[in-house]
Amino acid sequence: MSGEAAWEMVIGLEVHCELATATKLFCGCRNAFGDEPNVNVCPVCLGLPGSLPVLNAFAVELAMRIGTALHCEIRPSTFARKNYFYPDQAKDYQISQYDQPINTGGWLELPDGSRVGVTRAHMEEDTGKLTHVGAGGRINSAHHALVDYNRSGVPLVEIVSEPDIRSAGQAKAYAAELRGILVATGASDGRMEEGSMRVDANVSVRSFGTDSFGTRCEIKNLNSLRSLGRGIDYEAARQIALIESGERVVLETRHWDESAGRTESMRSKEEANDYRYFPEPDLVPLVPDAAWRERVRAGLGPMPADRRSALVAALGGSASEAEADQIRAVVDLGLDELVRAAVDGGAPAPLALARAANEVAAQSDAGLVLTPESFAALLALESGGQLSATQSKAVLGLLLERGGGDPSAVAEELGYEALGADFLAGVVAEVIAANPDEWARYVAGDDKLTGLFTKEVMQATAGKANGKEVAAELRRLRG
Amino acid sequence: MSSAGDPGRPPDSNPVSLSRHDVIHVARLARLTLSDDEVALFTAQLRSVLDHAADVASLDLAHLAPSTRPIAVENVLRPDEPRPGLDRGDVLAAAPAVENDRFRVPRIGGEAP
Amino acid sequence: MTDARALAAAVRAGERTAREVTEEALDAIAAGDGALHAFLLVTPDDARAQADLVDAAVTQGRDPGPLAGVPIALKDNLCTRGIPTTCGSKILEGWRPPYDATVVGLLRDAGAITVGKTNMDEFAMGSSTENSAYGPTLNPHDTGKVPGGSSGGSAASVAAGFTPLGLGSDTGGSIRQPAALCGVVGMKPTYGRVSRYGLVAFASSLDQIGPFATNVADAALLFDVLAGHDGRDSTSLSSKPELTVPGLEDGIDGIRVGVCRNLIDGCAPDVVARVQEAAETLAAAGATVEEIRVPEFAYGLSAYYLIAPAEASSNLARYDGVRYGLRVDGDDAAAMNTATRTAGFGAEVKRRIMLGTYALSAGYYDAYYVQAQRVRTLVMQAFDRAYGSIDVLLGATAPTTAFDLGAKVDDPMAMYMNDICTIPSNLAGHPALSIPFGTGVDGLPVGVQLLAPALEEALLFRVARVLEAAAPEGVRSP
Ligand SMILES: [Mg+2]
Ligand SMILES: [Zn+2]
Repeated sequence: MSGEAAWEMVIGLEVHCELATATKLFCGCRNAFGDEPNVNVCPVCLGLPGSLPVLNAFAVELAMRIGTALHCEIRPSTFARKNYFYPDQAKDYQISQYDQPINTGGWLELPDGSRVGVTRAHMEEDTGKLTHVGAGGRINSAHHALVDYNRSGVPLVEIVSEPDIRSAGQAKAYAAELRGILVATGASDGRMEEGSMRVDANVSVRSFGTDSFGTRCEIKNLNSLRSLGRGIDYEAARQIALIESGERVVLETRHWDESAGRTESMRSKEEANDYRYFPEPDLVPLVPDAAWRERVRAGLGPMPADRRSALVAALGGSASEAEADQIRAVVDLGLDELVRAAVDGGAPAPLALARAANEVAAQSDAGLVLTPESFAALLALESGGQLSATQSKAVLGLLLERGGGDPSAVAEELGYEALGADFLAGVVAEVIAANPDEWARYVAGDDKLTGLFTKEVMQATAGKANGKEVAAELRRLRG
Repeated sequence: MSSAGDPGRPPDSNPVSLSRHDVIHVARLARLTLSDDEVALFTAQLRSVLDHAADVASLDLAHLAPSTRPIAVENVLRPDEPRPGLDRGDVLAAAPAVENDRFRVPRIGGEAP
Repeated sequence: MTDARALAAAVRAGERTAREVTEEALDAIAAGDGALHAFLLVTPDDARAQADLVDAAVTQGRDPGPLAGVPIALKDNLCTRGIPTTCGSKILEGWRPPYDATVVGLLRDAGAITVGKTNMDEFAMGSSTENSAYGPTLNPHDTGKVPGGSSGGSAASVAAGFTPLGLGSDTGGSIRQPAALCGVVGMKPTYGRVSRYGLVAFASSLDQIGPFATNVADAALLFDVLAGHDGRDSTSLSSKPELTVPGLEDGIDGIRVGVCRNLIDGCAPDVVARVQEAAETLAAAGATVEEIRVPEFAYGLSAYYLIAPAEASSNLARYDGVRYGLRVDGDDAAAMNTATRTAGFGAEVKRRIMLGTYALSAGYYDAYYVQAQRVRTLVMQAFDRAYGSIDVLLGATAPTTAFDLGAKVDDPMAMYMNDICTIPSNLAGHPALSIPFGTGVDGLPVGVQLLAPALEEALLFRVARVLEAAAPEGVRSP
């Protein structure tokens, strides 16, 4: 037997998450993305002689939230120095938690019910940002490089998974679920494209049924979920091809080239592996007491999985595949509270979910200013038949644009008078669209179907429509 | 360092005497270039210091925890409040080379280790 | 110009102006430092501007501070805003820090006048001030001798009468040993008592800033100004320090003094004799004196010469030619780093960087670094045992009086032996002090060392005051 079916992927992910603090990990410089270069710097984050680090309490708080959400044990921890020379590293060492990380031994449950172990989630500082100049910005052939230290010292939590992941799809699901958790804890905005969440993948392959691990490669530069999936699949295929042709996989770090669609070796120098870790003498041990750990636990809101369950419950205990997708989208965007509040206010759950997952999600930043009251009132108009779906979407669009408002007033402003001719025509059109086969038979002359269409329109308008008008409209449309 | 917290474990073994090769390797790690004469001189000098340190290398101290710092203090934290940093002009004025408000360095041979 | 308290009192009372006192110090340096090279940089304009601020405060009836108008010399590893700070190294030549060390701010607030930056062994690595990239400092008592180190410039400035006060840093004895060799008072505070923010790091878990003065009361006053919590240093102690000046004259009745054989044996006979006389002096003043042995101190030297270089190898990685200081160009960034560091560091710094890199590197970490940190625990426990039955330890500061220039530069191990009596206090983070106590057979100053448990600086000064009052005739002013 040959081919990929004989092989199993073994994947572990290392996720670096930039924490959403106001200041850096060890100094009071602003933690901000996109500023002019070298404006958020001080003696500490520039590594000036004589400067000393002091730990940011809120960064610790966020690290503890992440650990708690990932079911980790929160432990007494220390910082160490990881020594290596590199121009983006202001002190030529990185302050990182090494043998005594704050969070250890947790797990993450994916939407499909599988669990991935979390080895550790530790704090460390980010580096500055390099720009390679010349030769199209490629590192090895560039003419020179420029360094901006705004990012130097920005707090990171590095979340290291167990090698429990078995496919690119599962890796993407893990990264997506983790992103949802990071956002839900308030630890991060989770934006991969801005680098607030960076994923490295350790990939190896082994023949099915073996327990030992193959030689792994670490894949870097996976800047999106799509890259993550493609990079893993490419790398696993590369390793399988190597092994099947009698060659060996070399333990190394490889760079994902998104445009070329392949991983490339970035063999670093021989000194690279000796980081000479030792305890950071300029910082003292961090020992969160039971009260602090409990405060963090109690302050944590529901995580995405719980929030998805709550929406399923609101749907009556089960969700179709399409609804499950809507639920994921709504929870990922943090719109679930809006949905639940509307449902609590009497709106039909499928309708609330659909409007949130589509129209509100499309303007998810604006969604934050749409109050649950306003959303619920709109859904009541639509489900009560005062507005057609088309009209309801138009009103919702305006509400989002304006950052809220009274849906009835907006509907009136748009000229959507309850059960006016336009409205009735809209409802009839919707009913026809929902029953294309019946419509075809009616057009072909099956007049008995007038009753069915009328019944549907009555249902959609809570019985407020006039049967004669409905029949007239149906005839008009048949021409 | 992983074994630092393992109280039952004796030291790695008695390290063998420092060699010329060790000195060259360590100089490279520390980003220093040594002439042949310096390699010879430093090998002898560092060896004499390490030979003196044999008195502690041979002690059985497995029962003692290593002390990283002299005075025990815990949980020193600062509030997450921004403080003014340095003026960019001052910062860049101290740099050996600058381009577009950034620190300029020669090309970088490879990715970070 | 030797008594800081008298000067401050006169300035505060309006009897003398800070400007006048400052000019005297600048004149003394101009006249005498050509022969000694205590200073790497004198800052007359800056000093005059500070003096004028003090005088304005006096004129306007505002409190000018306890050190009003007192000139002070700063070791050149203390950051001074806009004023070059070299650490005695080529690699920082011309670097002007954009910020002041915390202690520099405290001095200014106290009315002291910083007059310049003093010479030192490069990055504080040495015991003779011969490892400065800018040439050695000479001992004011005999210019054929070293002043000790690494804070040799500040010790020499005070000994020569240029400034009544000086600041040094002490990682393994770098305040106490030059104080002994120059015949002045020098004190290393409890680790964390004085902020390290703005002190260019040598070995972070050992470094402390401390005072030099011609007399105990001045040293105590300066310490009181420096001590206190600093939120910018995570290792700064938060407990409020006890002022040491008020109890200075309380005497030592009933104080238990342990004469520590392990801080005496192996020292030159004339040094040993002075320590014995100091013990007798303390007994005569009402202390109970007994001999004590702390054999674990013998391991301190080896532990120190692994821990300090290990931390230094990391602390000095940042001198890479990217952000400040020297750059020597290279084909790529790594080559530039290497060329810069190779040209910028002197031999002793390279030696220690390599030693520390080796001690931390894969395969040697446990045998050297971790083992040395266990020895540190051993030494700390030995101190605790000793302090179960005594209050202060007495010993020598340095094994000999000042030695000839050049005598030990080619033999690192011989040079390192200078620190054998001072290192234990650094490993444990305890305060210790060196006070002049007569002279050796060569007529050069001898310092005796007092050691006390953490936070007991007041006790140290109190005991030292008794020794000072009874000190044998000796070289006072060179
Ligand atoms: Mg990391
Ligand atoms: Zn900063």
